[in-house]
Amino acid sequence: MATTPVKKTSSKKASVSEDAGRANRERPDEPKPYKARKEELLKFYRDMLLIRRFEEKAGQLYGLGLIGGFCHLYIGQEAVAIGLQSALTPGKDSVITGYRDHGHMLAYGIDPNVIMAELTGRAAGISKGKGGSMHMFSTAHKFYGGHGIVGAQVSLGAGLAFGHKYANDGGVCLAYFGDGASNQGQVYESFNMAELWKLPIIFVIENNQYAMGTSVNRASSEDQLYRRGESFRIPGIQVDGMDVLAVRGAAEVALDWVRSGKGPVLLEMKTYRYRGHSMSDPAKYRSRDEVQSVRDNSDPIEGCKAYLTEMGVGEDALKLIEKEIRTIVNEAADFAETSPEPNLSELYTDVLVEQY
Amino acid sequence: MAIELKMPALSPTMEEGTLAKWLVKEGDIVKSGDILAEIETDKATMEFEAVDEGVISSITVAEGTDGVKVGTVIALILSEDEEQAPSAAPEVNAKADPAPATQPYEAPATVAPNPDPIVSDGNMQSVTLREALRDAMAEEMRRDDRVFVMGEEVAEYQGAYKVTQGLLDEFGARRVIDTPITEYGFAGIGTGAAMGGLRPIIEFMTFNFAMQAIDHIINSAAKTNYMSGGQMRCPIVFRGPNGAAARVGAQHSQNYVPWYASVPGLIVIAPYDAADAKGLLKAAIRCEDPVVFLENELLYGRTYEVPAGNDHVVPIGKARIMREGSDVTIVSYSIGVGLSLEAATKLAEEGISAEVIDLRTIRPLDKATILASLAKTNRLVVAEEGWPVCSVGSEILAICMEEGFDDLDAPVMRITNEDVPMPYAANLEKMALINADKIVAGVRKTVGR
Repeated sequence: MATTPVKKTSSKKASVSEDAGRANRERPDEPKPYKARKEELLKFYRDMLLIRRFEEKAGQLYGLGLIGGFCHLYIGQEAVAIGLQSALTPGKDSVITGYRDHGHMLAYGIDPNVIMAELTGRAAGISKGKGGSMHMFSTAHKFYGGHGIVGAQVSLGAGLAFGHKYANDGGVCLAYFGDGASNQGQVYESFNMAELWKLPIIFVIENNQYAMGTSVNRASSEDQLYRRGESFRIPGIQVDGMDVLAVRGAAEVALDWVRSGKGPVLLEMKTYRYRGHSMSDPAKYRSRDEVQSVRDNSDPIEGCKAYLTEMGVGEDALKLIEKEIRTIVNEAADFAETSPEPNLSELYTDVLVEQY
Repeated sequence: MAIELKMPALSPTMEEGTLAKWLVKEGDIVKSGDILAEIETDKATMEFEAVDEGVISSITVAEGTDGVKVGTVIALILSEDEEQAPSAAPEVNAKADPAPATQPYEAPATVAPNPDPIVSDGNMQSVTLREALRDAMAEEMRRDDRVFVMGEEVAEYQGAYKVTQGLLDEFGARRVIDTPITEYGFAGIGTGAAMGGLRPIIEFMTFNFAMQAIDHIINSAAKTNYMSGGQMRCPIVFRGPNGAAARVGAQHSQNYVPWYASVPGLIVIAPYDAADAKGLLKAAIRCEDPVVFLENELLYGRTYEVPAGNDHVVPIGKARIMREGSDVTIVSYSIGVGLSLEAATKLAEEGISAEVIDLRTIRPLDKATILASLAKTNRLVVAEEGWPVCSVGSEILAICMEEGFDDLDAPVMRITNEDVPMPYAANLEKMALINADKIVAGVRKTVGR
């Protein structure tokens, strides 16, 4: 009797070519760093800085007791949202994410005032103060939340992509989730159907290395998360999520792939969050040195600044941007602090749309 | 000895079927595995295979015969060594099988005239509840391109329970979509599609499997409108059979109405007859809110009168008085309504006049109709095919205490299934389930007889 031949993998190096099936499948091109014009790069810098300063302010307001409950800050991950969403077509493409959602909203140009007012639970908040940090939406921007159940946004995003395909509107859904969510079962149920039906969706794993306090290596048998779609024939690309130009470059490749009807693509963004999982995280699972080392060596905003300097943008121009952002964020904080709380009658509204 | 071939039960709830076609004739030699006949149930056409070897000595039920009861002898086979024996006139075995798939419930053949003005428009037609559901979906799909159906076996297989029969042919694969077995995933995809502006109908093969998906029904669909301050709607219908079927055991026999009815943000509907099934499903599909629409497999094959035409929409949130009475009110929903009507008929023979209310929508609950009936009869029981603890009955009991206390002449009673997982054995299953006699006994107690 013939025995099944077993190929031996002799060394780790061999494993790349060992991914046998790959050769037979079409794959997206290797992304190249995006060649940004100066104005574009200045906008990336400005938008990332807005997220950074906004989140720092939110952290302060939390410390003052003005923001309650859970508050998950996006500091350190700014290049992901800006690099990806700058490539989308507003009003056509949709975005959905989990509970760490402030950055993605700001990246889509949603007014910082109504975001901050939602964090403080005020009537002027984008969800009338009834959603909070984790539950914010802007259907006008095709931003569909803001979801508090880890992994739920992946199936919901596949549903949004299903809608794009059903309506044949040319839109693509960008569905963000974390390294933690990448172990949820429904993610794979969604991968299967998304590829089976060639849904126009970009799955984005924001791998910030820690699912709350558990590192990727302690939670994931396959810790190279970009491979997580391969058994569903979804091509995966690993990207330096700390470099806005690398992220934007990957977005271009992914969008080309998806828009041409080839089905979903998976982007693993290697990134890092500087702050705790939420504001109440004692952060015992990693050292201060580790965090400091990332800040010193691969901060996305500092990296962008370096590109700008190479292009000849002077310190003064950047200082002007910094000043503009501080004004916006301070105004948002003032607005959020001084806006009234929801009217008590709001408790009973919006439970159902219709009267029965 | 001739071997009797009997009409097989091809599903847990099959009682009779049509012998559509014989593929063998008298005198043919058959062996195990040969296909003998095609038998049509209300769900599907199935092939009937030989188990024994021998010669078909006699065919006792001609092809094309409708309504052949399960267990009826349809042919005789002689083993080859006795084939010369004279083929005796077929004895129709009087004590055949005690019908193996006896339905635990028998609804009265006639339903009280419908006092609901909304559905009482002259022209009526007889349709099964299964067809009524399909017609509702088809009509709404013709009316609105945003409506689509998604679920396991809904398209090419024509529906695991044939509720979606014919939809693929009319609407095509864009709008009638087979999914893999992946409830959590497709419930989420449906919910996301609704958030994006479509109007999905998500079929669960049974609501038992929706347990895998309940997170999306509750956390994603029910709460989004509120969490978004009214900005993001989720107009979706989750539908499928619910409650006990017949002999399918604990994991396939459960009533989820109380589960979903406890959730603000959901509409929960559990219709009894075909007119309501159609009219309420149409209302559910048009509704801007997420709807959980719980059907009952045992009712799918029953035929009822349904108003003809495309405009039969029954309002959500309105109960219906199925039978007027003065001594006691029986509140029920879904299959329990049939049992309650049967009980009311028996009670009438004893001189007890029972009013029967079909809740139809469980959330929002039509409290006014319940309390008005209580004010009239002063006694109330709730008949529910489900567990007693934290049931719809428990809720109605609380409403009667809080808002109808002065009208009560006796404690409100819950008549339900037993508080145990559903057993498989026929006698135990029968004992576990509510039936008309249990309702009669409960009412007698309530009225003090």
